[in-house]
Amino acid sequence: MADLNQGDSIPELKVTPDKYLPHRYAGASGDFNPIHIDNDFAQMVGLPRNILHGLYSMAQVARAQTEAAGGDPRSLRRLKVQFRGMGVPEEEIVVTGTVRERDGDTVVVETEAYQGDNGIVRNAEAEIELR
Amino acid sequence: MPVKTEAIGKEYPPVTYEVGAEKIREYADAVGQGEAVHRDREAAQAAGFRDVVAPPMFAVVYSARALGPGILDPEVGINFATMVHGGQEFVWGEPVCAGDTITTTARVADISEKDGKGFYVFESTSVNQDGDEVVRATWTNIVRGV
Repeated sequence: MADLNQGDSIPELKVTPDKYLPHRYAGASGDFNPIHIDNDFAQMVGLPRNILHGLYSMAQVARAQTEAAGGDPRSLRRLKVQFRGMGVPEEEIVVTGTVRERDGDTVVVETEAYQGDNGIVRNAEAEIELR
Repeated sequence: MPVKTEAIGKEYPPVTYEVGAEKIREYADAVGQGEAVHRDREAAQAAGFRDVVAPPMFAVVYSARALGPGILDPEVGINFATMVHGGQEFVWGEPVCAGDTITTTARVADISEKDGKGFYVFESTSVNQDGDEVVRATWTNIVRGV
């Protein structure tokens, strides 16, 4: 069982979504908004390029929590996030987190996801049950 | 132009979703969730699940469709062109496994305005075929220039 106590960092999760990841995520999730899968469309509406789905980035934050807890999908009880800067394909995402409090086997983690200096998931809070 | 708030509390018809093992695998592959319990029935059962189990964020797949009618509802009045997904919360209950039928009901939790932005908050509740809650979600959409 993973041991996480107040002040501990969770293991960093690093992932670089490839150029075609938004297309695979669109198929998997059912969200085919063209800002995610059509570079020309995204630029036409003023974006730098096609952008990652916010919920894909949130899934990376979720994955960092379940991995920190030992891999059991039941360990993640709650996750609340804000989406801020836009994520883009082909740049590394780094998810970090720090344990804010522990009560018995329940741990609250403050967590976020960055691409370089660009915070793409901010002010996130996860509740993990160690089991 | 102020936001319209008449739709607060409005509920939309439930949407059902039948969970398939290959859909779970496809989703797990897309988000990089590599554990065997998301791919292999025997591994999932050995870990105490009825069948291949969905990663927590698979909640998006079975519940998002229930949100569509509210986002497009003229009574809510979202300008889709300038909408961004501002925030999201999930609270998980029973695990979701292949073979489950999930029913999701969505409602308008709040509509408000701040600094020229409209905040449209939806809540959804998803239950499985046994009536057990599998996820409760809060979806915050922000519209610029309301």
